[in-house]
Amino acid sequence: MKVYLNGEPLEVADDTLAAALEAAGYGGAKVATAVNEDFVPAAARAATPIEPGDRIEVVTPRQGG
Amino acid sequence: MSDPVTFYGTEVSSRLMLGTSQYPSPAVLAEAFRRSGAGIATVSVRREAGGSRAGADFWRLISDLGVKVLPNTAGCHSAREAITTAQMARELFDTDWIKLEVIGNADTLQPDPFALLDAAKSLTAEGFKVFPYMTEDLILAEKLLAAGCEVLMPWGAPIGTGLGLNNRYGLRSLRAHFPEVPLVIDAGLGLPSQAADAMELGFDAVLLNTAVAKAGDPAAMAEGFALALKAGRLGYLADPMEPRDMAAPSTPVLGKAFLS
Repeated sequence: MKVYLNGEPLEVADDTLAAALEAAGYGGAKVATAVNEDFVPAAARAATPIEPGDRIEVVTPRQGG
Repeated sequence: MSDPVTFYGTEVSSRLMLGTSQYPSPAVLAEAFRRSGAGIATVSVRREAGGSRAGADFWRLISDLGVKVLPNTAGCHSAREAITTAQMARELFDTDWIKLEVIGNADTLQPDPFALLDAAKSLTAEGFKVFPYMTEDLILAEKLLAAGCEVLMPWGAPIGTGLGLNNRYGLRSLRAHFPEVPLVIDAGLGLPSQAADAMELGFDAVLLNTAVAKAGDPAAMAEGFALALKAGRLGYLADPMEPRDMAAPSTPVLGKAFLS
């Protein structure tokens, strides 16, 4: 199915957030996630279903003021 | 002189909080922090592509500074966006501190006071320790404190302008109304003298980024701000004289030779 990860289209085979992150190459990286603008804690990713068209955000630490 | 400031029960030795953005290089950032003596670094969360190491590299740089981290919600324009960003930041940085920014105007980067208050209420209810970036509005301050904020961060001037303290009356009024609340001037400073000014007005700390990072010599500017903060703070604690309109001789009049 097609979802959007950080605004870019992504084809994923499995239907969990954890599987989508794995498919997108995040592996064990230290990231935080949201699906359709709701925060999803790391511990909940494996049990969080995703559906076609879902918008996934993946963020990491960055410079800030 | 040891003169720590306390935010949400955590004592911090320096009254200078420093941003981590816009430096010419990571090495310059690290040197600016070293010479500033800052005890708190502001950071953000941003998108990262799979396989990239940018976030991990940046995090290692910040961890090596040995300072406390204050994540922000910079760039958020709604309460919901800010709340989700805060939740992601809490997990990434393992802290419940959050510098809450909800921007209301793209030109002035002025906080939206209504969305800010909504987000602050939600986040304090979730256990966040909120540092709200706000205008110097007294009523907004009252409502943010009632919502559970224990620190307030009024702007000096719009972010990145270097204009200094635009509304001294409003800032003095805020200080006078909330003598026990830690107040941090956040944004708008460009020169060390402006930071000294803020400290002389009785503010507890100053948060800087652009003024240091965009200086020709960021590390020197960082140290200049640190010295100015100390000077201003000492001046405030020393109970300054009252200004007056009429001159008053400082040299004794009595005993002056009568010469014509």
